[in-house]
Amino acid sequence: MTAPATVVEVKDFKPEVHSDWCPGCGDFGVLTALFQACAQLQIQPHNLMVISGIGCSSNLPGFIRSYGAHTLHGRLLPFATGCKLANQEMTIIGTGGDGDGYGIGLNHFIQAMRRNIDVTYIVMNNEIYGLTTGQVSPTSETGMKTKTSPHGNLEGMLNPMALALAAGCGFVARGFSSQIKHLVELYKAGIEHKGFALIDVFSPCVTFNKLNTYQYFKERIYKLEDEDHDTGSFHAAMDKALEWDPKIPIGLFYRNPDPRPPLDSLDPALTGQPLVHQDYTIDSETRGELIREFM
Amino acid sequence: MSEPEVIVGIGGAAGDGTASAGNTLVLSMARQGIAAYSYNSYQSVIRGGHSWLRLRFSAKKPLNHGDQVNVLIALNQDSLDRHLQELPPGGVCLYNGAKFQPSYDPPARVQLCGLPVPDLAPDSVRLPVMQNTVAVGAAVQMMGLGFETLAAVFETTFAKKPAVVQKNVEAARNGYDYAAKNFQPLATPLHPTDQKWAQSSGNDLLAMGAALAGCKFYAAYPMSPATHILEWFASHAKRLGICVRQVEDEISVVGMCIGANHMGVRGMCATSGGGFALMSEAIGMAAMYETPVVIINVMRAGPSTGVPTKTEQADLNQVFGASQGDFERVVIAPVSMGDCFVTPAVAFDVADKYQIPVVILADLLLCEGSETVATEVLDVEFPIDRGELITTADGSPDEPYLRYKDTPSGISPRAIPGLPEHLYVSGSDEHDEDGVLLSDVFTDPIRRKKMVDKRHRKMSTILRDLPAPMLEGPADAETTLLGWGSTWGVIKEAAERLTAEGVSVNHLQIKTMIPLHGDEIAAVVEQSQRLIIIENNQSGQFARHLRAETGIVAHGHIRKYDGEPFEPKHIVSAVNDIIGGQEVVDVLSTEPGFRTDHPTGTSGSWEGLNQVTRPGVPTKA
Repeated sequence: MTAPATVVEVKDFKPEVHSDWCPGCGDFGVLTALFQACAQLQIQPHNLMVISGIGCSSNLPGFIRSYGAHTLHGRLLPFATGCKLANQEMTIIGTGGDGDGYGIGLNHFIQAMRRNIDVTYIVMNNEIYGLTTGQVSPTSETGMKTKTSPHGNLEGMLNPMALALAAGCGFVARGFSSQIKHLVELYKAGIEHKGFALIDVFSPCVTFNKLNTYQYFKERIYKLEDEDHDTGSFHAAMDKALEWDPKIPIGLFYRNPDPRPPLDSLDPALTGQPLVHQDYTIDSETRGELIREFM
Repeated sequence: MSEPEVIVGIGGAAGDGTASAGNTLVLSMARQGIAAYSYNSYQSVIRGGHSWLRLRFSAKKPLNHGDQVNVLIALNQDSLDRHLQELPPGGVCLYNGAKFQPSYDPPARVQLCGLPVPDLAPDSVRLPVMQNTVAVGAAVQMMGLGFETLAAVFETTFAKKPAVVQKNVEAARNGYDYAAKNFQPLATPLHPTDQKWAQSSGNDLLAMGAALAGCKFYAAYPMSPATHILEWFASHAKRLGICVRQVEDEISVVGMCIGANHMGVRGMCATSGGGFALMSEAIGMAAMYETPVVIINVMRAGPSTGVPTKTEQADLNQVFGASQGDFERVVIAPVSMGDCFVTPAVAFDVADKYQIPVVILADLLLCEGSETVATEVLDVEFPIDRGELITTADGSPDEPYLRYKDTPSGISPRAIPGLPEHLYVSGSDEHDEDGVLLSDVFTDPIRRKKMVDKRHRKMSTILRDLPAPMLEGPADAETTLLGWGSTWGVIKEAAERLTAEGVSVNHLQIKTMIPLHGDEIAAVVEQSQRLIIIENNQSGQFARHLRAETGIVAHGHIRKYDGEPFEPKHIVSAVNDIIGGQEVVDVLSTEPGFRTDHPTGTSGSWEGLNQVTRPGVPTKA
């Protein structure tokens, strides 16, 4: 299918439906950056599919003009994988939150990275459960008080950067929702990366997270791009992934200089045309061969 | 005059090669036009334990594994001890006489056929499985068949190893010749016919049937007894251009499968009850998205891990109730292995046309058992109906595309993602015709109800696209035997025997479980004086379903939940019990070979655990 050669602009991605996030929510920045990245990459809205799980951030597909699916809590990556395998010509972007991807959906997250499906996964990480009104998340800091950890979080804090590196993710990045230009560059690089790309975004929850606020991040973050960070080095990336307080790195942690080809380019059924455009009938000669296998 | 038949039982430990001996035998029969039905009763072990493969051969296609083995091939001492006592007069017991001896006297008129395996197959010292080949050769001779077809089977089986072919042919030949010299042939020899048979399992046929129905995507997590479907797809993926993935769990399996279907390809997945439980949440999502999906649940005995290698029909309640909320689904239970072949095509067409999840409810008996299917049954081109699927976008449409348009039929034309001018978001949340979520809007009862009604309306015409119940036998029979799914063949044979005995019965088999052809069932039941429901579970899940849907209350129930499938004799005897006044007959396979003497002795006395009856379900007034 050839897309009409029209120039794509940010307005092409803006729907009539307005987002219903709380005023000041970090997710607005994540969405704005996505409009810009898709426009800059000249992705036609009909060739884009944005797939989310459940949670505040997972409402995002409803706020961008493209194809989209709002799946189940934690299950966006299996659905996105099926979509990509069925039509690898579509640009598939997964969007969700930390509870969705790093909590209930953690197994799929690890498996998707291992599987290396060509999906760009944007996690709006606010270190809290927002839609259920303020419970502890896998990325909540140890000691953090929430409605369900009133005496402080007793559990450790999941490190998505280190986890992604260990799981074989070929593109590992982190952004901050109020640094939109920086985020746009990360998105573009992630979308252009052939294979699974993780972009974790600090997206403050102004309503329920009184710890990881805009101010909290502004005081701590620094850009890897401003440092002499070797994005091709797994070990350097892992060192950066383990940094937290008092300084927290954002930017591109790791891009595998010798990436494995994505699953959707390896599967023998997907060479050539996307599955959805392939002939699905089986000729009588092949049918006869299948029958003879039983004889 | 009934057609001669032979029922062979091959007993051994896992790893002894019962399955390959059985395959050799079945293939050599099928190639001579003799039909087969086989069922393996085995344990969940890789080595050891007891495996009991029953193979029924006849020129008249057998529809179940029969009542009683008359040729026993015992591959170890345990099998000889277990099953020798079960043989009827005229029966034959083949075993490696150099290794095993009967521990007790055989039943009257049973021929003990000890084979001097080391003399007939010198290789057997190094390769114990050669004893199987010798026994198969001897069995073929005693069934009155020639040797050549068997020899040719070894050539196919070991096509890449000519030396192995030679050794097997020699061993089989020696077994064949030894039997000719030393043993009495069976009183009812088998006769070759011209029919061409394909030999395959229900799993094979579900997979191949789906592929021929246009399935381009298959995902699964290995789970007995559905695993072989994944293996069939994996081994044919490249050749047939099917994307086949083994993934981390059934949640992911069904998610991927719905994703692939959502993009416009036909995708299928299969599992057993435990995996199906994990799929539940996403089945509701498929219904909410109105994205077709076909899911196979190959039932095994539950609950929980249950008895993983045993058959049961007890997941009805699960598939009926899977996932929260009111939504539309179809559940189809194939009635035979041959029916497994055509069911995916029906399932895909209905799923596509009505944009709903369709569950194929099969079971271990159908899927791991195998039968010969006439090749002409398999050599068909399924007409593929994708329903109202928009796959191309020509110019600009006059009005905005509404993915969930509220149409008179309830079916909204479905555009595949990737088309210009058809953008939409599918939500697992309630949404309006354009896909925009209603859930985040201040309560909008009118639009919510409209969308529920739209989806439900699709079901008003669906029954006509689904297989209606099949009535066999006279419409005015006194007693109607009603079964569903895999019990068709065994009930059919029981009904024929009862008729021959002068009992007035007919047989109604249900294939479409949801929705139910209530009017058609009622029309049959109204004509008979007694309804007996036969199902492979303890609680009568279908009987309850029928009562809930139609108000019909059966007079009698025949149930079996001991892990083994029904045999014709069970049903014949239980029907007579019910005609004699009992309400519920719980059937038990009582052959001594099934018995396990528990090493700790804690399982108590086994004696007396025979056919037991219990009261329970109210009868029709």
